[in-house]
Amino acid sequence: MLKVENLSIHFEDRGGNQEVVKNVSFALQDSEILGIVGESGSGKTMTALTIAGLLKEEAILDSGTIWLDERELLSLTAKEMREVQGKEISMIFQEPMTALNPTMRIEKQVEEALVLHTELSKEERRQKVLKALEDVELEHPKQLCRKYPHELSGGMRQRVMIAAAIVCRPKLLIADEPTTALDVGTQESILKLLKKLNQKYGMGILFISHNLRVVNELCSRVLVMKDGQIIEGGAAEQIFQNPQTEYTKELIAAIPSRMKGSRFYDLLKEKAGERDA
Amino acid sequence: MDRKSINGTKKGKTSSILSDSGKGKGVRRNAAGSKLKGYNFTFGVTLTVIMVGLIILGFFWTPYDTEAMQGSVKLNAPSLAHIFGTDQFGRDVFSRVLAGAGSTLMIAVGTIVIGGGIGILVGAITGYAGGWLDEGLMRINDAVAAFPSVLLALVIISIWGTGKYKVMLALGIAFIPSFARIVRGEFMRCREEDYVTSAKLIGVSAPRILFVHILPNILPTLLSSLTIGFNNAVIQEAGMSYLGIGVQPPDASLGRMLSESQTYLASGPWCAIFPGLFLVLLILGVGMLGEGILDRFGGGR
Repeated sequence: MLKVENLSIHFEDRGGNQEVVKNVSFALQDSEILGIVGESGSGKTMTALTIAGLLKEEAILDSGTIWLDERELLSLTAKEMREVQGKEISMIFQEPMTALNPTMRIEKQVEEALVLHTELSKEERRQKVLKALEDVELEHPKQLCRKYPHELSGGMRQRVMIAAAIVCRPKLLIADEPTTALDVGTQESILKLLKKLNQKYGMGILFISHNLRVVNELCSRVLVMKDGQIIEGGAAEQIFQNPQTEYTKELIAAIPSRMKGSRFYDLLKEKAGERDA
Repeated sequence: MDRKSINGTKKGKTSSILSDSGKGKGVRRNAAGSKLKGYNFTFGVTLTVIMVGLIILGFFWTPYDTEAMQGSVKLNAPSLAHIFGTDQFGRDVFSRVLAGAGSTLMIAVGTIVIGGGIGILVGAITGYAGGWLDEGLMRINDAVAAFPSVLLALVIISIWGTGKYKVMLALGIAFIPSFARIVRGEFMRCREEDYVTSAKLIGVSAPRILFVHILPNILPTLLSSLTIGFNNAVIQEAGMSYLGIGVQPPDASLGRMLSESQTYLASGPWCAIFPGLFLVLLILGVGMLGEGILDRFGGGR
């Protein structure tokens, strides 16, 4: 469904050129969950933003193509790209506390993509909004519609963000560190939610995280990025159990050993066991 | 035992003093702050409503004809018949104050509609877009801001002539730069907000981001700067009318009433006091309203 080929991006500033994405190629099948792991500055967010059509002004695209089914996204005009954003590709990111507009009611924010991309009537839009809020497992969607973001908790806001992103049923959801700012319990439930949406609607998910544990829990395939390059890629269990590069080994070693014997460690083992079986 | 009890009391005393003083301070400061805040807004709204209400009343009804001269009541002190007294021609000062404030209000509102409208547009575009558009428009903005507004108004008036609407236009243009600057700063701040990024990510177009997503967020700042602009416009208009380049006779104007009453300051001080007082109360009310809006809705930043 999504095919990224030879993507290279650099920043041009006073200090000279800085390559942030180097020759990145990967593909994402229909309704697959693909994880990208790497530390800060490894180019994973730049890659994601480029796919979502939000290349920063100071970033310069050197080469590459991004195919979404039959369409090459990088050659689209800004106007054509706006038709893709929110309708075929959606993105959620790290900051649930600030990612919602403080002066807009929840209903308006979730509805926005429908207003932009569909010809539905107000009533039809409302039904879709309520459905989306139910999809992200928020209780009392009708009351919620009337509320403002400051009335919600961080986890609820992240769910609202997801609802706004999926209300048009995009083919691809890019999730850039969606759980990083949340507490561990909430993280777990958001991951479950993403998995459910993936299964229910066949929505492809590009999941970006620096947290290998989280990626392993959710994704079927994983890419490891370092310094703008993909240094390793493959099935999640293969990466996790038999890492090929030193860097990946270090990343795995960086999962706190205290996890052993904890719920997460058990979860990991359980998951690995499931795969082995 | 003894020692323990001494220690205990000492400790208890110290801690209680500490906590008391800490609490007291905090409570007092908070109470004073919130009281003042509420007071600003409430007082501002009340005063503004009364003054604007009086002015609007003046559009439809005044106790006397504003132009009617009565030889028998020249420079009469305030009385039940003429609560603000009468001027050198025997005209009712209260009626003239209402009418004069009416043109002042119209000009001030017109000024902030023109200045605010164009200023918001320019500020929004330059603040959000940045780059060469920002540079270009802001240099023009600086050029306009470099002229004192009275000078700018004089130029416009010498080209188009005097009158209410010319004053409105002149002040409106002179007020664009300050609004543009304030709005530009706010939009520059909001441009980097995450909710703007989320809006972009679902394909919202730039104009819609500007006016549907960002504008409501800068409303408190915008409204309070509009009230300051309103006050400045009132003062400027009064000043221009005082200088004789503003509202022309026979239209009443607070500024011109002040300048005309100068000659009679000794024999009829009420001719100067009441227009002046009206001006001050109007400005005070709107000014406090602006403060109140910021206090109440612009907090938390």
